[in-house]
Amino acid sequence: MSTTDKAPEKVDTGLVTLTIDGVQVSVPKDTLVIRAAEQVGVQIPRFCDHPLLDPVGACRQCLVDIPDAGNGRGFPKPQASCTLPVAEGMVVNTQATSEVADKAQQGIMEFLLINHPLDCPVCDKGGECPLQNQAMSNGRGESRFAERGGIKRTFPKPINISAQVLLDRERCVLCARCTRFSEQVAGDPFIALAERGALQQVAIYEREPYESYFSGNAIQICPVGALTSADYRFRSRPFDLVSTPGVAEHDACGAAIRVDHRRGKVMRRLAGNDPEVNEEWISDKDRFAFRYAQVADRITYPQVREDGELRPASWTEAFAVAARGLRDAGAAAVLTGGRLTAEDAYAYAKFARVSLGTNDIDFRARPHTAEEASFLASHVALSGDVTYADLEAAPVVVLLGLEPEDEAATLFLRLRKAAQRGRTQVVSVASHASRGLTKMNGRLVPAAPGTEVEVIGSLKDAEHGVTKDAVILVGERLAQTHGALSAAADLAAGTGARIAWVPRRAGDRGAVEAGALPNLLPGGRPLTEASARVDLGAAWGADTLPAKVGRDGNAIVAALAKGDLGGLVVGGVDPDDTADPAAFRAALDAARFVVSLELRETDVTRVADVVLPVAPVADKAGTFVTWDGRARSFDAVFANPASLPDLRVLSGIADELAAIGHGRPLGFRTVAEVRDEMQSLGPWDGARPALDAGKAPKPVKAPRKGETAFALATWKQLVDLGSMQDGEEHLRATARRPVARVSRASYESVLGMLEAQPGGDQLVTVTGDRGSVTLPVVVADMPDGVVWVPARSFGRGVLAELASPGSTVTLKGATS
Amino acid sequence: MTDTLTPVLTDNWDADRAWTLASYEERGGYAALDKAFAMTPDAVIDTVKDSGLRGRGGAGFPTGMKWGFIPQDNPRPKYLVVNADESEPGTCKDIPLMMASPHTLVEGVIVSSYAIRANTAFIYVRGEVLHVIRRLQRAVQEAYLAGHLGKNIHGSGYDLDLIVHAGAGAYICGEETALLEGLEGRRGQPRLRPPFPAVAGLYASPTVINNVESIASVPSIITNGAAWFAGMGTEKSNGFGIFSLSGHVTNPGQYEAPLGITLRELIDLAGGMREGHELKFWTPGGSSTPLLTPEHLDVPLDFESVGAAGSMLGTRALQLFDETTCVVRAVLRWTEFYKHESCGKCTPCREGTWWLTQTMARLEKGQGDEGDLDLLLDQCDNILGRSFCALGDGATSPISSSIQHFRDEYLAHLTHGGCPFDPAASTAFAPVGAPA
Repeated sequence: MSTTDKAPEKVDTGLVTLTIDGVQVSVPKDTLVIRAAEQVGVQIPRFCDHPLLDPVGACRQCLVDIPDAGNGRGFPKPQASCTLPVAEGMVVNTQATSEVADKAQQGIMEFLLINHPLDCPVCDKGGECPLQNQAMSNGRGESRFAERGGIKRTFPKPINISAQVLLDRERCVLCARCTRFSEQVAGDPFIALAERGALQQVAIYEREPYESYFSGNAIQICPVGALTSADYRFRSRPFDLVSTPGVAEHDACGAAIRVDHRRGKVMRRLAGNDPEVNEEWISDKDRFAFRYAQVADRITYPQVREDGELRPASWTEAFAVAARGLRDAGAAAVLTGGRLTAEDAYAYAKFARVSLGTNDIDFRARPHTAEEASFLASHVALSGDVTYADLEAAPVVVLLGLEPEDEAATLFLRLRKAAQRGRTQVVSVASHASRGLTKMNGRLVPAAPGTEVEVIGSLKDAEHGVTKDAVILVGERLAQTHGALSAAADLAAGTGARIAWVPRRAGDRGAVEAGALPNLLPGGRPLTEASARVDLGAAWGADTLPAKVGRDGNAIVAALAKGDLGGLVVGGVDPDDTADPAAFRAALDAARFVVSLELRETDVTRVADVVLPVAPVADKAGTFVTWDGRARSFDAVFANPASLPDLRVLSGIADELAAIGHGRPLGFRTVAEVRDEMQSLGPWDGARPALDAGKAPKPVKAPRKGETAFALATWKQLVDLGSMQDGEEHLRATARRPVARVSRASYESVLGMLEAQPGGDQLVTVTGDRGSVTLPVVVADMPDGVVWVPARSFGRGVLAELASPGSTVTLKGATS
Repeated sequence: MTDTLTPVLTDNWDADRAWTLASYEERGGYAALDKAFAMTPDAVIDTVKDSGLRGRGGAGFPTGMKWGFIPQDNPRPKYLVVNADESEPGTCKDIPLMMASPHTLVEGVIVSSYAIRANTAFIYVRGEVLHVIRRLQRAVQEAYLAGHLGKNIHGSGYDLDLIVHAGAGAYICGEETALLEGLEGRRGQPRLRPPFPAVAGLYASPTVINNVESIASVPSIITNGAAWFAGMGTEKSNGFGIFSLSGHVTNPGQYEAPLGITLRELIDLAGGMREGHELKFWTPGGSSTPLLTPEHLDVPLDFESVGAAGSMLGTRALQLFDETTCVVRAVLRWTEFYKHESCGKCTPCREGTWWLTQTMARLEKGQGDEGDLDLLLDQCDNILGRSFCALGDGATSPISSSIQHFRDEYLAHLTHGGCPFDPAASTAFAPVGAPA
């Protein structure tokens, strides 16, 4: 995503001109010499230096000779180029032209190696190790230390600093990249240097392991093999790996990743470098959670149900059985999860309209409302007002129903960076100040579930600083309170602030753009616009497109149960993610015919009539559209002929349907063909529909007499029991412990005047209309009468086993 | 220039209970306050500038100029921090001063803080010297009770709080930015400069960091005038200083004299070398200053002359070693000290001292060959000026200077197959006249 526009020429360029190794170069003021040298093609060796961390000058590897500091005087001794800003007229001689600099660098390299083990052959970093590489380029071949009987410092090896991260202390060159990253970027200063001299080492506080959502970045930027992951340690050699660029599929941030694979198997994933999106950082989930595609219950061949049992089938048979079943089932609907690529979502959207002749399609496998669908059509589709970089420029960023550290980790890092620079104030409307908000120095505007409308309305007050320069980020959870999205839109309209929607899943925004909604057609075309339907119908070669606004996910479930709908095509929906898991399961049972496109066995495949395996992201090309409207395309990592993208499977069913007189073929079989079709279709250029909040839902029922009512607040933590983290025991072990949070007054009202345990050792049982859960309770600064629990960190999760978010639950003290 | 002692800071050390406020005030203590408060703060700075007082912690930076660097238009509070983390091997002037007359320092802190417009000052004391910490704390308490500290001191409208902070036993915390880290509650490791402490020091506020002796000298300058102070010493090294003689000398101790006095004069004042022995080598200012030999006995002990002789005046910690001392052994002990005290932040100091110690230890045992001497010098060359702070530089000084002056003695270890000296002969308990 690089821009080709050049900055306009200015007279005062703010550039500083200096001479490096005899070559004149002009660089922006305050550039460090080490980076100015890169401009003339000189790589000065370095360890502690990292462009995204504050300079520290610890390793001294980057020493250069400065015969003239720009003031006519030189430095008598070599200087660390990673801490020295350029100056007009400065003369720098690096190792390329200066014997002094070269000897200084060789000397430092020799020192670094005296206490470094010669275990490169068994070290995971061997082959991609900055120390190894730079020792070859800037060091001596033989060790004077070893040949004269020097004794190395040693440590027992390795030690776990978290369930995921291992530390080999004797390999560490004490560059402090990991500790600086954790403190400066992630805001999780759980590791620090301890002891002194050569015994200095990275250490953890014994009672707080290095449990950071971003710990993998510290491993990646370690310039030696001191930090390794339990996940990848001893798994492969870097020179055996093939690297393919990719896009993280775990959230709507579109973080660039690098997929390293060997013989058809992903071995690890690393952060890619994209300054406009994730810079060089990704979350541990983006990095470590990829084995869900390698677990044992992966579906590898089509199956059809015969005499109540699923049996293997050929693709052609499965397509034909699916087509016939859908034809015979009567009216059919489509439910897709939020994990689809934009191309696949487009295929579902077209399949619904062209093959099934319906607008009954919804990608929202989560609690959702008609207001949200309207909001997506009016404020989200085709929008791209806010980018990552805009967040850093905004004086105020308002978070509504969004917990970035858990729900959009890459976005969180950028927000924290903006806040750390002191120019951006983060304001969050939430049940309590989360750790993420605290790390962003954010201000909480507390809101009990259900009160968001009034609270958002109050943000218009000047004290909150929401002006036209502000940015409002709306999370998908805001839809849980009727009127809240309208209130957010009003706030934006009233203040001139820009608004952006940040869903939790990678495919959500792409599904909006692709028209996987009952009220939107592909390209942001409003279904209610006749011209949009006509244009699209013509482009698709269909006589007419269904004009009636379709059922949303909730209505589809209800209609299946009632028998108004008979057929269902489900693509990647976990029943426990839906608004009412029990109702969803009942609808599956009630449906006359269910076609499931799935990666792994689920409760849907277990009852489906036809099960069609689909490709995981590594096996297909695709595009994820990020929360800021950025199309992030990626190529297939593996060319696996047995692994078909959803769009190819749908195309096969559509062909069979067309053959028996239903609809038309979709007209594509490959991702490239879908991309071409989407490209030529283009976006809607007409007016956007207005936001319609619709009717308020029925009020939630009051608790029984004598019970204290608590409003249920919840969201999913970044690392939890989500199925895309299956197979990652080490990652899961770093998840935050599930707890229930209540205010101090609530705590005392439930548990009496007991002294609250800071560690949350007191247990509480939360009971809702779908079940109950017992969790440790901790006191948080939040409104009374509200309880927060993590949504998917126990059992089958809040929706399946506790209650609907925002509904009323009761609390009772419990003993283990 | 005078060749006699000039007791100013040490003048009251022999007074009865010299450390008490009563004793100090009886001799005119705290009178400099009123004189200073009658002046503008800038006038106090100018007086100190005119006196030519240079930092007594070793580097010799002009104290008044340092105070003048404080940006007075900076809205943040200003701080004075007294570096009392005296930990250099051989250096023993600040701790005796604080032990004998803590009020001299407290008075200096008040005048100096007034000059730089600080309302909070800190004395960062080496943590091991608990007796000194207690004495300082008591002195500060006395000063508060007597109205020399606190609100509206002496009715001047000037407020000052003085905090005595105990370090945790790290030599590196004598480095001023590491000291600030320690004072802020972090690990003592030096900070990147710039920003310099004068601009963003303690709690990112303008901060002056001065040695104990520098600050303790200020009241006498205010009382007696800049010209009085400048009249002592040499042209560019004005005033007096405490010379601490230790080692093989008849009467070790603190000798306060004008800068520019020679070691020959000081040894005479101290009753000569240990009886029956003669000087072999010495450090002018602690172990971090390159060794000198008897040929330097007449070098004037001021900043310029000692520098010209190839060493540094440092802290005037004159460690004297007679001919019974094995220079290799002495240097190894120092090297071990630097290895133990290296903070670990930068590579050359952390790894270099680890290696130097091993090489030195082998040489002392007579292992290795002449190439090890060249290796040592090369290691020193790779540390000196390449380290993050001066600790690494200091670690190389005794090694490179001792090889320069005593290369043959190193070689003798190799030919002798070990140390040719009797280690007992250099000890304090060695019988008088023991053979070398």
